[in-house]
Amino acid sequence: MPEAMPGPMSQKSQQPQEPHESQQPVLRLEQLTRVHGSGATEVHALRGVDLSVFPGELVAVMGPSGSGKSTLLTIAGGLDSPTSGRVVVEGTDITTVGRKELAALRRRSIGYVFQDYNLIPALTAAENVALPRELDGVSARKARVSAVAALEEMGLGQLADRFPDEMSGGQQQRVAIARALVGDRRLVLADEPTGALDSETGESVLALLRARCDAGAAGILVTHEPRFAAWADRVVFLRDGSVVDETLRSQADSLLSGQAAAQ
Amino acid sequence: MPTYSVYILGMSIRHGLLALLEHGPRYGSQLRTEFESRTGATWPLNVGQVYTTLGRLERDGMVVQDGEDGSGHALYAITEAGRGELRSWFERPVDRASPPRDELAIKLAMAVGAPGVDIRAVIQAQRHATLRAMQDYTRLKARALVAVEGSDGEKARDDVAWLLVLEQLIFQTEAEARWLDHSESRLARLSATAARRAGNTPAAASPGTAAGEDPLAPAVSTTDTGTARNTSTSRSARR
Repeated sequence: MPEAMPGPMSQKSQQPQEPHESQQPVLRLEQLTRVHGSGATEVHALRGVDLSVFPGELVAVMGPSGSGKSTLLTIAGGLDSPTSGRVVVEGTDITTVGRKELAALRRRSIGYVFQDYNLIPALTAAENVALPRELDGVSARKARVSAVAALEEMGLGQLADRFPDEMSGGQQQRVAIARALVGDRRLVLADEPTGALDSETGESVLALLRARCDAGAAGILVTHEPRFAAWADRVVFLRDGSVVDETLRSQADSLLSGQAAAQ
Repeated sequence: MPTYSVYILGMSIRHGLLALLEHGPRYGSQLRTEFESRTGATWPLNVGQVYTTLGRLERDGMVVQDGEDGSGHALYAITEAGRGELRSWFERPVDRASPPRDELAIKLAMAVGAPGVDIRAVIQAQRHATLRAMQDYTRLKARALVAVEGSDGEKARDDVAWLLVLEQLIFQTEAEARWLDHSESRLARLSATAARRAGNTPAAASPGTAAGEDPLAPAVSTTDTGTARNTSTSRSARR
């Protein structure tokens, strides 16, 4: 099995890193395994997964249900611990740090986007976006200023004073992306972020996520929709806890000759 | 998609050219450029094809030669008969009576139960290629969306036309990806059922155990389940 022989598989996962040689990955998963239960009921959710995500990169993870997609995301975000392997976020192995440090690291470095938005209903959009920074000890005023700036940068300034129930699903999800990436955070982990949205709205959410990655963030997108996965730079296919395949983005320009590419 | 593009061109160059000529007389290479502006060179035309088609349209009375432009290019103009044909083309749905040959559908049909063929590897290899094409189209689309917002006049018309063509390609590849996913789980279900019927793994009666895990590799046959499984998985991993 792959975990027993890191040779060919890990070399394969080196390949996509070429364009980023000079950069450090924002997230690096090394030989990640996760076993639930033991003995007869043992389930191998992940079997030696290697994955790096670099600044500016959006990686989509696809696979049938039970393939380990969500486990991968929860472990990458420090919400669950691997059975073995390393999870390096911004240079720190989060599997070795204490609980307090992990909580701080998660607040400062990692943003989540969930299918059901998870905004706090009693807070406005700006307050929701400001919250992680306030929890991190930034003054309320300063946190609000940077929250409003983040919303404006993403074209969501007009939503700043609205409460979640005054926003559409698509607007809430875009605010959730702003919250995930406020401050110094540049790793966003999105679990089926378009799952509750119609396809048009889902596309606008993906376009925002794409734009944030183009601006330097690193993202993992778990989805079962090929149309949304297609916004990513790389698509990783998981099956039974292993990476079985991954695509790279080829140069779109070479696909179509002549004037289409020139436009 | 070579076979598909031949089909497209055969069926619709005539009408595409008529549609362009309805905007006024044009010469051959001008028609080619305009055709490609609308469709983003997705189905490239060569000038020879354009002139061959114009010749046939002329023979059928749908276009006439109409003098030359300043640089001596022979101009073609649409006739009343050509306009009638064009109108009825727009009114008539595209013929679905005989679906275009689809190499992938034929390939999978042949892969079912084929000796020595790991159908799951076939599916994964295609999924890889299909997703990658979708990535390309999506990137082009993101760019086209920006172009559409910033353009006007003739350029805007071309940009919108190109965006529609791109989105068609995305929907088409998406349908293919979904069909591949569906085929894979369909085959998995079928071979799980077959394995259960054969009774070779009594434990399989409880859901989520070994028999349901990877029954795809040996196609729908129930023989040789154990050995085919692991090797085919790791081979497909390396593609």
